Amino acid sequence: MSDFTPTEMMTIAASRALTNDDVCFVGIGAPSAACNVARLTHAPDITLIYESGTVGTKPDVLPLSIGDGELCDTALFTVSVPEMFRYWLQGGRITTGFLGGAQIDRFANLNTTVVGPYDHPKVRLPGGGGAPEIASNCGQIFITMALSKRGFVDKLNFITSMGHGEGGNHRERLGMKTKGPTRVITDLCILEPDPVTKELTVVSIHQGVTREQIVENCGWPVKFAQTVIDTPVPTDTELQTLRDINARTKKAHQGNKEAA
Amino acid sequence: MARLMSLAEAISENVQDGDTVAMEGFTHLIPYAAGHEVIRQGKKDLFLIRMTPDILYDQLIGAGAARGMKFSWGGNPGVGSLHRFRDAVENQWPRPLEIEEHSHAAMANAYEAGAANLPFAMLRGYIGADLTKVNPNIKQVTCPFTGEVLAAVPAIRPDVTIIHALRADRKGNVLIEGIVGVQKEAVLGAKRSIVTVEEIVDELNPPSPNSVVLPSWAVTGVVEVPGGAFPSYAQGYYPRSNAFYIAWDEIARDRDTFQAWIEENIMKAGPEDFAKHAKKAA
Repeated sequence: MSDFTPTEMMTIAASRALTNDDVCFVGIGAPSAACNVARLTHAPDITLIYESGTVGTKPDVLPLSIGDGELCDTALFTVSVPEMFRYWLQGGRITTGFLGGAQIDRFANLNTTVVGPYDHPKVRLPGGGGAPEIASNCGQIFITMALSKRGFVDKLNFITSMGHGEGGNHRERLGMKTKGPTRVITDLCILEPDPVTKELTVVSIHQGVTREQIVENCGWPVKFAQTVIDTPVPTDTELQTLRDINARTKKAHQGNKEAA
Repeated sequence: MARLMSLAEAISENVQDGDTVAMEGFTHLIPYAAGHEVIRQGKKDLFLIRMTPDILYDQLIGAGAARGMKFSWGGNPGVGSLHRFRDAVENQWPRPLEIEEHSHAAMANAYEAGAANLPFAMLRGYIGADLTKVNPNIKQVTCPFTGEVLAAVPAIRPDVTIIHALRADRKGNVLIEGIVGVQKEAVLGAKRSIVTVEEIVDELNPPSPNSVVLPSWAVTGVVEVPGGAFPSYAQGYYPRSNAFYIAWDEIARDRDTFQAWIEENIMKAGPEDFAKHAKKAA
């Protein structure tokens, strides 16, 4: 099973960022797939939390929303939304937040609010949801999104959730004690913030991808770390686990189609 | 004490033009049948409040019922945009929509402050986030003990809150289980409240002493509407119709297909039409 798509590589590379001891606040979409692949492969005891209040959930199919019944049915327990955000997130109990985004800049700030001016947007996006406080209150943040010029932009129209702000010790200056984004996993490579400047820097390149491809798909002149490694290719187990859960999910979401 | 009433009665008595209305349910138990009745009765100039506007508010906005909306995440979960919401914000169709945008944490805290009869909520939030620049209702407060600066937002005190619950007894005591969201806080913070339920039973029999129960004396009206949360879901009754959420993307993308859908499925329909979705999951 040596063939895999860039999206599969992205999801599997993202899943490897998680450990068995993590308590992870899961964003919907790509992060949700990655977190569940981690749970079904190398991190069986990971605690997955969705913002609907489901804690320690073990879904058999990936949820379409953050509040599918599957999440509650398989959770260790379920709390109200105010309790979720106050006691568990603001309370500092969550080690890792896993986010996606529409746009990201070189300091891993995310925009999911608007393209264009806020009052007269060219494109109105869904908004922040839980992200602004996930970004500041989780121990660290992983971000996963495909590398493209449209997504990885030189300047954001709007900062929905702060990563490293203007870079350097900006988080510290605002009183934040958490690490912020520590890894960005794309379909072509993995980036991490430079230890000093906090600018995202390529540290690992996926099989078959060239440096030129990465440069061409990034909206700012992207830097490469001194030592750049090759991302290990997906194992058979990882690929099979991801394909199985995607197949179960597709089947589950197609049923029950009636008009209200 | 809550009155057991028809949906038409409950909406016409409790929702007035211009009201601030919260319809809550965090993915689970979204009060679709009640929201459709609001559209059917032609209520207008409503200021809508909801953490995740979802398809229901897309329908209310597209139908022209709303003058404004307070929210924290305006998408079709896992699918994409709410096209009617976008059309209102980007093109002012069918009318301009005033928006007050927050984060989930701030909305949840603001509902809790409303239930607790406090004027505002505080949280360690919005740090470095641009919403503070565009929403004048996000302010700062300094802790009198430590000097820490925290974010402050006004409490949510709706004129009326509308929710859907699993069941009620004949006295109007209401039971919610599963993903309970912010419904308890939204009801307790409101001047009036309407609860639609899957069924009215002789004995509520809460499955655990810690079940979420809203007592009859904290609720204004209770209405039996089996299936009333469809295409959202009712834990133990029927699952979320993810297929409908996916199908909505096409329906709502175009103004004409949207209006035809509203005409056919809301204006020419009634709360009894939700019953076909209420069949218990096999």
